[in-house]
Amino acid sequence: MKAAVLVFPGSNCDRDLAVAFENAGFQVEMVWHKDTNLPTGVDVVGVPGGFSYGDYLRCGAIAAQSPIIAGLKSHVEAGGYAIGICNGFQVLTETGLLPGALIRNAGLKFICKPVDMTVEETSSAFNAGYSIGQKITFPVAHHDGNYIAQDDVLDRLEGEGRVAYRYVDDVNGSARRIAGILSENHRVLGLMPHPERSADEKLGGTDGAPLFQSLAKIGVAA
Amino acid sequence: MKARVHVMLKNGVLDPQGEAVRHALGTLGFEGVNSVRQGKVIELELDETNRETAEAQVTKMCEDLLANTVIESYNVELLS
Repeated sequence: MKAAVLVFPGSNCDRDLAVAFENAGFQVEMVWHKDTNLPTGVDVVGVPGGFSYGDYLRCGAIAAQSPIIAGLKSHVEAGGYAIGICNGFQVLTETGLLPGALIRNAGLKFICKPVDMTVEETSSAFNAGYSIGQKITFPVAHHDGNYIAQDDVLDRLEGEGRVAYRYVDDVNGSARRIAGILSENHRVLGLMPHPERSADEKLGGTDGAPLFQSLAKIGVAA
Repeated sequence: MKARVHVMLKNGVLDPQGEAVRHALGTLGFEGVNSVRQGKVIELELDETNRETAEAQVTKMCEDLLANTVIESYNVELLS
């Protein structure tokens, strides 16, 4: 299995994400934002957390216009998998690959702490290693993680089983306490909490490890 | 030609920053401020001299980058 991790100026979770992929058995290639094509044979693209372009204009807005996004879009259009974490989630909403937007936390504060979530679906390749309703804890570290979308979009996400995770408590004002969502084909995941920071006992938790491990099985299952 | 773009959160989208500013104004003793909405102003200097073409250009810029139309509305103003 091969994963590509995109690197933008200001990405700071790119290497953590690469390590999490590697520990799950992926071969990982780091891909600079100015490249226009992904390496051949990539199964999963990781859009990492950080502060791409200093969060100028809007979080993820400038990164969403990078040359490599064309490569990401064709990968996704061809049915490829992608995961966007934190700033990566913001990038995916800015590209339109995921619906909705992430705005300033309702309490205005930057929130940096472990948060409890429930797993809301297990049919996607990301969550096959969890059970429905399972409580998992990932760290969050964001200023703009308040997920917002029109009511009809939220209803559709719920109806199509595309709410991936929900915060147990209201963390940042997100609509319906949504912490992560899936694309229509359930192959693109965006989430604000950091599974890659919770995938090694040495980092204080391993709740994120099953996400990468079950993702590593996509080729086997198909 | 100069253009000025105003970008605001759409009505109905909670503006926590505007809310914080409203609270701070109250703390300073400014009474009767019922609502504060905070937005962005972006000024552009363009080669284009035709107003219609310039307006079309800047509108496209807003749709593609300057505003996130999921949450924001924009308004284009041509200055010269």
